[in-house]
Amino acid sequence: MCFTTNFWNLFIGGLANGFIYALIALGYTLVYGVLRLINFAHSEVFMSGAFGGLFVLQNVIGSKQPSGLASVGLVVLGLAAGAVSGAAVAFLLERVAYRPLRRRNAPRLAFLISAIGASYFLYNLAGKEFGRQPISIPNAFTNGTVFTVFGAPVQTYYVIVAVVTLVLLVLIDRVVALTRLGRGIRAVAQDADTASLMGVNIDRVISQTFVIGGLLGGAAGFLYAIPTGVAYTMGFTPGIKAFTAAVLGGIGNIRGAMIGGLVLGVAENLPVSCIQTSWRDVVAFGILVLVLMFRPTGILGEKLGRAA
Amino acid sequence: MKARSDRLLVWSRGPDGRRLAGFTFGALILALITGPEGLEGNPTYGVIHSWLRPRVIAFIAAGVIAWFLSTFWVRNRDRWRPAVRETWQGAIEPFSDRRVRWGSYVGLIAAAALLPQVISGTWQEITVDQIGTYVLLALGLNVVVGFAGLLDLGYIAFYLIGAYSAAYWTGVLPVHPPIVLNPFWVLPLAVLAAMAAGVILGTPTLRLRGDYLAIVTLGFGEIIQIVANTLGSVTGGAQGVIGIKRFSINVFGIHYKFPVGAQANVPYYYLLLVFVIVALVVFHLLENSRVGRAWTAIREDEVAAEACGINPLKYKIMAFAIGASTSGFAGVLFASKIGFIDPTEFSVQMSILVLILVVFGGMGSLPGALIGAAFLQWGQNFLRTSNYSWYNEQDLYVYFGALVIVMMIFRPQGIIPSRRRSREIGLAEQGIGTADALAPPGSPP
Repeated sequence: MCFTTNFWNLFIGGLANGFIYALIALGYTLVYGVLRLINFAHSEVFMSGAFGGLFVLQNVIGSKQPSGLASVGLVVLGLAAGAVSGAAVAFLLERVAYRPLRRRNAPRLAFLISAIGASYFLYNLAGKEFGRQPISIPNAFTNGTVFTVFGAPVQTYYVIVAVVTLVLLVLIDRVVALTRLGRGIRAVAQDADTASLMGVNIDRVISQTFVIGGLLGGAAGFLYAIPTGVAYTMGFTPGIKAFTAAVLGGIGNIRGAMIGGLVLGVAENLPVSCIQTSWRDVVAFGILVLVLMFRPTGILGEKLGRAA
Repeated sequence: MKARSDRLLVWSRGPDGRRLAGFTFGALILALITGPEGLEGNPTYGVIHSWLRPRVIAFIAAGVIAWFLSTFWVRNRDRWRPAVRETWQGAIEPFSDRRVRWGSYVGLIAAAALLPQVISGTWQEITVDQIGTYVLLALGLNVVVGFAGLLDLGYIAFYLIGAYSAAYWTGVLPVHPPIVLNPFWVLPLAVLAAMAAGVILGTPTLRLRGDYLAIVTLGFGEIIQIVANTLGSVTGGAQGVIGIKRFSINVFGIHYKFPVGAQANVPYYYLLLVFVIVALVVFHLLENSRVGRAWTAIREDEVAAEACGINPLKYKIMAFAIGASTSGFAGVLFASKIGFIDPTEFSVQMSILVLILVVFGGMGSLPGALIGAAFLQWGQNFLRTSNYSWYNEQDLYVYFGALVIVMMIFRPQGIIPSRRRSREIGLAEQGIGTADALAPPGSPP
């Protein structure tokens, strides 16, 4: 029975991917909440986070082989660099590709097409400026087995992904639930016109939502690129999968995005022992279509603007 | 001194100042994308050599001049606009006469028929493979994006289905068909296959929000390429398949077989010309039929359309399937002309390219899709073949991406807009109607 071989290995690998999908999915879900739009360029925010982390670490690490506390510092630095690059790109994206359309109250189709244009512009520009070959990120830590689960080794990388993601997820959940900014986001998601009558500055909230999504997406880009390396085309597939995760969990629902990411990551990885690896993307896409057919509101239900 | 800097600040936030900032930003972006390629391991090389070199001054100067001209236009807009409109009306006035209009159609067809005789062999090939095929594709996508107001980002998936249908029915795939057919007979089968794929994909998605269709088709476009690549025992895998049969005519004692290689360009040009004209006529009739009016109604106000007895889901699926079948149709033509296909030729990027052609020409406008597609594809190939030092073929989508954003900001209706569509977009901007079919059914716009 092929399904049981490597089960726990695949489960852990899938969980790590799932954490990353969850981080990206939050960017989609937050923006979908405030603008009711799929931000097609979010995958490029993810990609730019990977490049940001890469360039900073290349300059800081050089040819050294860090360990111990230096490793922790470097991972945090890479994450911060990725998050800041992601946030910067997301901010500019909103300014250039979305805000002029919003000012004009353009039809939704125009937004989507503009986002597609921005996505193609950004990733091809990255290819032009940073080279079209994948670049590997210098080792910030030594990857080894930390502990085993049912005989399956859990590597340092997986531990880092899990810890970072959980911290960020809890943080974002609390930010949206408790802070003034989070209240603004929820208010705009619920009813933008009324929110503006109540004194919410919609432009600012939308901009901040993009920045938050960019921070998370950029950090996810860095995490994703640690084993795979950075390439200008890297955003496309994780982007679609993260959107699938957002739909799977319930679009607009923050906890839904987290659960959707984890479920998708595991579900697409488990069949790998029975079929070729290249079918993994097909499985993820099949899940998207099945969710749309049978439970379009997702696992936890849509939650556009209701309290998280 | 203080007052002057204050006034500058106020001005810079006003319309003129903002426009200047916009033009300068645009000039810097243009300087960046026409600048040198970055070096590997030196990420700042490209940026430094585009922005910190004297050439940037020329770009900024051009931006300022453009700002100056645009300011001039904005100041005198109200005075000049009637004159511009009048000149335009005067220019198109003779065409309201039916005889003049039909005369010009015949003239255009005659010019198109003479075209391959006056261009070089290279351009004959470009005209067929790059321009003609894409015009046909753009006309099909125009039904989905323009007429129905949906967004299809996996349009080339159906092109792949058409191309592999041609390969299957001419017996060159690893799996063999019951009978080997002439590509002419494959055309209806491929159209049916693409249409079926469109309906299967469109039905679950379109029941929900229209914007989900965009991401589902995007995923489908990627997946079908993976399937064609991986399922080697059925599709021939990554090596692709060779030897797809040519079209041949065997009726009324005429025996003609379409030639191979460079000789194939001119016959396929005429075949494509016929199909493009047929597509134009069919889509024009469709636009003005009951179906076309239903699409218009759904685009403008889905709730009202539904209240009038139109089933939005049915018409959306219909538009999606018609687009898909046009793409499948073009796929058969492409496969049998080239004679060789492999999965890499059907990338998602190509779907986006066709979308860009439609958006540039004008969503919902048949002359827009026709001329926009022909112009952009001509321009792209002109740049590619003339080897300008500032143009790198790999950067094409940087230009196209920027073009799409600029179009959406300044001219969402396209360069040759459909009158109905631009009026709709204008109304939607004032909060009347939606101008697309992306909202969830039953929700207020």
